This record gives sequence, structure tokens and C-alpha cells, in this order.
Amino acid sequence: MILAAVPGFQGNQTVLNPVGPGAAHIEFEFSLIFWITTAVYCIVLLVLVIAVARKRHSFEAMPEPLTTTPESDRIARRSVGAAIIATVILLFIMLVGSFETSRALGSMNPENALTIDVYGHQWWWEVEYPNNEAYKTVVTANEIHLPVGVPIRIHGTSRDVIHSFWAPNVQGKRDLMPGYDTEIMMQIDQPGSWRGQCAEYCGEQHAHMSFYMVAESKEQFAKWLNDQAQSSVSPSTPQTARGQQVFLTHACVLCHTIRGTPAGSRVGPDLTHVASRSTIAAGELPNTIGNLGGWILNAQGVKPGCRMPPNQLSGSELQDLLAYLETLK
Amino acid sequence: MITTSVGSQVELTDAECLQAAQLERVWQEPAGFIGWFKAVHHTTIGRRYFFTALLFFLLAGLLAGAMRLQLAFPEAHFLSNDKYNQVFTMHGSTMMFLFAVPMMFETFSVYLVPLMVGTRNIAFPRLNAYSYYLYAFGGLMFYVAFLCNTGADRGWFSYVPLAGPDYGPGKRPDFWAQLITFTEVSALSVAVETIVTVFRLRAPGMSLNRIPMFVWGQVVVAFMVIFALPGVVLSSTMLLLDRTCSTQFFNPAVGGDVLLYQHLFWWFGHPEVYLIFIPGTAIVSTIVTTFSRRHIFGYLVLVLALVSTGFMAFGLWVHHMFATGIPQIAESYFTAASMMIAIPTGAQIFCWIATMATGKVVLRTPMWWVIGFFFVFIMGGMTGIFVASVPVDLQVHDTYFVVAHFHYVLIGGAVFPLFGAIAYWFPKVTGRMMSEKLGQLSFWLFFVGFNVTFFPMHLVGLRGMPRRVYTYQPNMGWTQLNQIESLGYVLLFVAVCILLWNMFKSARSGAVAGPNPWNAGTLEWATTSPPPIYNFLHLPTVNGREAIWDAAPNQPVVVGLDEDARSFLTTRTLDAEPDGRDEFPAPSIWPFLAAVATSLAFIASIFTPWGITLGAIPVAITMIAWFWPKRQPAERRRAREIWQSE
Repeated sequence: MILAAVPGFQGNQTVLNPVGPGAAHIEFEFSLIFWITTAVYCIVLLVLVIAVARKRHSFEAMPEPLTTTPESDRIARRSVGAAIIATVILLFIMLVGSFETSRALGSMNPENALTIDVYGHQWWWEVEYPNNEAYKTVVTANEIHLPVGVPIRIHGTSRDVIHSFWAPNVQGKRDLMPGYDTEIMMQIDQPGSWRGQCAEYCGEQHAHMSFYMVAESKEQFAKWLNDQAQSSVSPSTPQTARGQQVFLTHACVLCHTIRGTPAGSRVGPDLTHVASRSTIAAGELPNTIGNLGGWILNAQGVKPGCRMPPNQLSGSELQDLLAYLETLK
Repeated sequence: MITTSVGSQVELTDAECLQAAQLERVWQEPAGFIGWFKAVHHTTIGRRYFFTALLFFLLAGLLAGAMRLQLAFPEAHFLSNDKYNQVFTMHGSTMMFLFAVPMMFETFSVYLVPLMVGTRNIAFPRLNAYSYYLYAFGGLMFYVAFLCNTGADRGWFSYVPLAGPDYGPGKRPDFWAQLITFTEVSALSVAVETIVTVFRLRAPGMSLNRIPMFVWGQVVVAFMVIFALPGVVLSSTMLLLDRTCSTQFFNPAVGGDVLLYQHLFWWFGHPEVYLIFIPGTAIVSTIVTTFSRRHIFGYLVLVLALVSTGFMAFGLWVHHMFATGIPQIAESYFTAASMMIAIPTGAQIFCWIATMATGKVVLRTPMWWVIGFFFVFIMGGMTGIFVASVPVDLQVHDTYFVVAHFHYVLIGGAVFPLFGAIAYWFPKVTGRMMSEKLGQLSFWLFFVGFNVTFFPMHLVGLRGMPRRVYTYQPNMGWTQLNQIESLGYVLLFVAVCILLWNMFKSARSGAVAGPNPWNAGTLEWATTSPPPIYNFLHLPTVNGREAIWDAAPNQPVVVGLDEDARSFLTTRTLDAEPDGRDEFPAPSIWPFLAAVATSLAFIASIFTPWGITLGAIPVAITMIAWFWPKRQPAERRRAREIWQSE
């Protein structure tokens, strides 16, 4: 609320710059606790400093122990009692604030919400837009497009170890655990690209497991969803045709899907529309042809420990493959 | 009746000199290389605990330096991701299992509690020696594994399935799980010794309402250890079984449950925080009393606060798991409970401030550390309210905000009091004073360095930086804050170096302290510094909360114990009236050999389940030898029993 005005907290992955009702509710409770605790901290330490400074002995030797007077102890007793009562009252205020915030978050549950499935993998995010007509189901990775101002139901779980789905500008985090299904309600009211990151330690590349929530107008979103539901484009030039063959005859096909081709494995991210995404390697690198080439040849050099093996490709094979992948808009 | 003025230096009479020589002969620890492993006196074992725990603190501190170097620059390659994951796991596990609990609970309980309650040794001294060796061997195993590139790398909590057989290949998580076993056995042993020492071996007159605050703290911790550790015993053993015997406790594919592990772990893990912090408050109470020159204000409130903290600590564990998604009613309960724990802690703080305000404060090094404690720990308590509130926790959980929070709580609540305690009890242990100038210098450097290191972590956490990341990207806006934090580390490093130098130099050439340099009130100051191997020439009796301050002009001492045996007096739990005599066991090599056998069994079980089966045989043999009855003490005991029953 007030803290958002403090410089340095603007940003696309910060707690104090909420862009949706979820993060905004939390930011209110955060501010409430912040102001109360700051005031209490200052008062308590001020009293402490005064007590020490006023009653300080200036000499080095340890004097004989004092006998306390009932008078001073009575004042102390009253002050301590009052301080404890004040503590209880302030805690109660913050507690009620916390309950109210929880209730506000819990009531974000409208029936007409758009459902998006998110699956955590070591170390990337699989994103699925389910549709009753299976061929219209959209599968992508690390980039969640959604319409502005529409309630979203993220339905998530993990395919391996525990991950935590967290985009701080949008909503608090939620662990995605194998064996458990979870639901997170959220909504984004401000168009833009809001970054999120895995928040539960998940092994070697926990540091490089981010995603983007791209909030756009309803029309843009509808168009995007429609585009993504299409099969991949067929190669239109000899080079891209060769590139597709490289893809289908090398290790790529063992893990990745490109809809419209025989490649259908779901171990790694779906590449049907890989060229439409802005980053690769779970947000680590911008999706440029150079980065993509380096990633394909030796992903271990970029993201040590990741599941993508190095690939032995000749120069021309790589050029053809990249040309093909670049067409997968 | 023999009387003495407790705590003041008096010339010994000839008879007393003879008596001292006799006690010295009876209590002497065996000499020589083999003798070193036979030692069982609590001051000997306590010193070893201290130096071992200090060593682990320094090692873990160096690991922290490696992390700060790595994080000072985005996408740095000083540590590989694999190394970094080992380093942060080793740092956390070492600080929690090999430094904080062994230092704050075991060291202080073992060395100080018997002195403070006025007895000659800790209860079950051989078990005490055994507990020390197990702890030391566990730590040694953990670091040898680390040097062999098998350091634990799944975090100090080792969540499944990440640490399970499918995603944690190799032997790294197994070494972590067995480290837990080692430290559990040693902490549980010391807990039992502490409880029995305090409830049965107190000086006559030290009724429950006169037990020093410090001792109360250690007793509460001892009980918490007994109730908390079974949780982690269970979870780490089940993890090890999953890994070595293919049980499926935590495998969701066949009906196992990953959340069960977290519940078991945090059932222990949250009280763990209080195991570390309550001894800190116990130290603060002691130092505040001595340096405010008055009895502590609100003794009853403080004791009740400690006890209620001990109870409530077991009702909070779920607040480490808010992000797993729990039902709203449980959420509300655990939020309320987490906030409620601020009430006893607040009451303690108010009582300490009231003590200072109504006393006269002497600002020596121990007191400076306590004042630093107030500034740092209260800040940690305040950020604790943020993480207690479920919605806010969903934002800050597992970010650097939480890293800042618990370093404020744990360094504030344990390390500041610890350094104060070092300055405070150093004269008792070594007989020499620490340098005041160097002491205050190290305090100020540490205080400033601490805040420079950890305060920016709040901000970088709110800006979205998660914990346990080995690097971050340059465009995240985290670089500057991380660099400030890394600079702060340099100050902390220098401060600790000065502290160590001060200890080293003062132990050799500090001013001679005398028995009671601070003119303090508790019983450890009623004997020479350092205490003789039999602790007290005359076992004291107690007339008030601060035994020395409240001693009557002719305070009696205990007479009538056998001088030719390691005998001691037992007293009743509530009113500390004498109710019997008993004898401490003699030094023995068997606890050491039993610890070696136990360690071999534990380590072997990392590699094969047969380790426990076959390893139990040497353990049984050494234990039988350890407990083999000796004729002479048995006959004396029978004579005493006959005498007591008459």
C-alpha cells in the first residue's frame, strides 16, 4: 500500500508491487504488520537505551548487589504488565488482519474461472490449457499467457520432486507436490510480463527454474490460444525440411513433442510453437537463434545438471535444425 | 557444623588442605595418552564439547564465506552449482546439528549445570563421555564425506523425494541421515543427564523456586529434546530405509507420502529453534542479573515463560509448511499459535528491561553482547510475525526474507548470547580475564557486520530472490544488495578472528580473575577459577535465588560424605532436602570404545543394512564391559543402603 511507493520495489518479480487482487490482499496485511512491528521495535529499544543510559555505572569495578525497593519493583511490575497487555492487543489486531486476508484470498473462487494446468519438472514448467475437445488442448512451457482481469484457476502438481509455484506480483506461492493436486486462484489486472520462479529447493538447477506470466487483453489472449492450438507448420523450404529430418532422426525426438510430426514424447517441453516463446531453458536465456544453437549443442554448459544431453550435430545439420525451429511460431 | 562464607576467598586451614589433597587424589582424571580417552569429569568433557562445537562453527562460517563470494556476482562460477548445493547444505546442517545444539545445550549443560547446582559431577558421567565421542565422530564422518565430494546436498531438511532413492543418487543423503542419528544420540544422552542432575543433585536448599534461571532454561531444553528428537529420528531413519532397504514410506507412486516426511521433520524442526534459543535466553537472564547488580525481576514470569515456550513450541510446526496448502481451519490455528508464542518471549524481554531499568547497569563486554542481542533478536521476533501470518508467509516463505529472519533470530538469540557467555564465563574456565578492549572491539565489528550482512536480505527477499539458489541473473536487481551482504561478511570474519585472538591471548596472559571476578550470585562462582576437579571443597548449601548474594553470614556446608570415594549427595526434587548418598563411577575407557563401536555400526549402515545387524555385536560387547559391576563400589553401595534403611 504505502511500501509500494518506496523506490526499488517496483519490478516484475517483487512482493510489494501487486498487479492482482491476490498479491494486493497480502500486501495490505504485510503493511499492517510492518507498521505495527516497526513502531513496537522502536519503542522497546528506546526504552532499553534510556534504561541503560540513565542507570549506567561509570566505574569499572563490580559493585555490591542492590537490594531492590518494593516501590521501584511495583512500578516495574505495572509497566511490564501493561506492556504484556499491549502485546496481546497488537497481536490480536494482526491476527484478525491475517484471518481477514486469508478469507479474502479464499473467496477468490468464481465458477467461471479459466483453468490452466501447471506441472513442475526438474527444472522447467509444463503448462497446459485443457479443452474438452482434446485436439484443442494447448501445451507449452515456461510461459503462461492469460487474459487481463479474468479469474484464473491454476491447477498444479509435480512430475518429480517438490517445486513451488511463485509469481510474487500476482499471488503467494504454492508447493507442487508429487501425489497431491493443488489449486491456486489468481487474477492479473495489469497487462505485462510478470516473472515467477521456483521457490522450493528442487536440486541442481533450482536457481534456473523461472517462468513468465504474460497478461494480455482478452482478444490477444484468444488469438494466442487459437494459434497455439494449431499443429506445427510444415516445412516450406528445403532447408527447413532437412531441419525437420534432423529433429526426427536425432535424440531430440526421444524427449520432445512437435504436434503435426511423429515426435510425441513428453519428457521435455513441447516444441510445437517454440519460436513463439520469448525465452528458453526455463527463463534462463532469451530465445535467440544463437542461444538456441548453443543450448542444443551443449545444454550442460549453460545449465549444468539439466536433463538435456549434449548433441553431436554437424554445422549444416545444426543450421538446418535451427532454421526449422525458427519457423515454429 | 562447619560453616563458610560462600564465595569469598579465605585461607584454607591445614585440615582443609589435607581434605583438598584427598579429594584431588580421589577425583583425579587418569594421566597419559590413554588416560585422555578415559576422562569422565564434566568440566573436561564440557571443554571438549566447547572446542569441538566452536570448530564446527568456524568451518560452517567459512562455508558461508564461500557462498557469499559466489553470490556477490550474478551468474558467477566461483562454485559450481553442485558444489554450492553441498556448501549450503553443509553450512545449514553444521550450524544446526554440529554447532548450535551442541554448543548452546550440550556444552553449557555439561560444563555449567553441575557447578551451578553445586555438585561434583554430572549425573551419568560415563554416558556423558560416550555422548561426546559420538558427537565428535558424527561430525568427523560428515566432513570426511564432504572432502570426498560426498557432502550432503539436499538441504539441511533433506525433503523427499529430492533426497529419496529416485532423485538423490549416490550416498550423499545417507551421510546426512546418519549425521542426524549421531547427534540425536548425543543430545538425548545429555538431556537425560541434565534432567537427573537438576532434579536429583541440587545443593541442599536449592528448592525449585531457587533454581537459577540459567538452569531452568537448560532443564526446559532437556525436556524438549526428549520430546522433539523422536520426530527426526523417525523421519531420517525412514529416509535411510527407503534408500537402503527399498521401503516405500515416501514414494507417492506406490502410496507413500511426501508430506508425512515434512510433518515428522518439522515436529522436531520447529522446537529445534527453541532448543537453540532458550539456552540463549538463559544466558541473557544470567548476564542481565549480574550486570544490573540486582536479582532478576519477575523470576516467576520468566520461568513460566520458558516452560510455556517449551510447550507451545510443539504446536507450531505446520507454519513451516503453509505453502503446501493446508485446510483453512488448520491455517487459522497455526497462525494463532505462532503469534501467541510472541507473548512469553515478549514477557521475558520486558522483564529483562525492567531488571536493567531498576538496577544499575555495568557496561562490560558480556553486557554489550546482551544489548546487541536485544537489537538483533527483537528484530528477528518482529519479522517472525510476518511469517506467522499465513498470507504473508505465502509471499516470503523460502525467500531471502526468511533467511534474514532466522539469522536474526538464531544469531541474535544464540550467537550474541554465546559470545557474551564466552566473555562472562571465560574467567571461570581459565582463571583469567579476557581483554575488555578487544572484547568490545569484536562486539562492535560483529554487530555492524551482522546488520550489514543480514539486513539487506530482507529487501532482496521482498524483491523476489528465493533461497538456496546458487546464482541469479544480472537483470534481477539483486546484485547490489548481494554485494553489500558479502562485504558485511568480511566484517563478521574480522570480528570472529579478533574474538579468537582475544581468547587465545587472554588464556595465556590475561589478568588473574580470582574466584568471583564479576561479584556474581550463582554457585559456579563459589569455587576457585578454574574449578578444581572435585568442583567444590565444601559442597555448598543455598539460602536464596542468588546463592552467593543471599548466603547467610554463617551459611552451612555439606559434611559427612565419604572422602575416599567419588561420593555425592542426592536431594529431593521439589525442596532439595538431602535424601541419600551415592557414588559416581570411575573414569573408564569403555565409553570411548563403545562410541567407536557404535560409530562403526552407524557408518557401516550407510553402505549396507548388515551394518546395524553385525555392528550391534561389538556395541554389545563394549557396553557389557562398560557396565560390568565392580566389587568395591558395589559393597559400599550395599553398606549405604543398609545405613539409609535403618
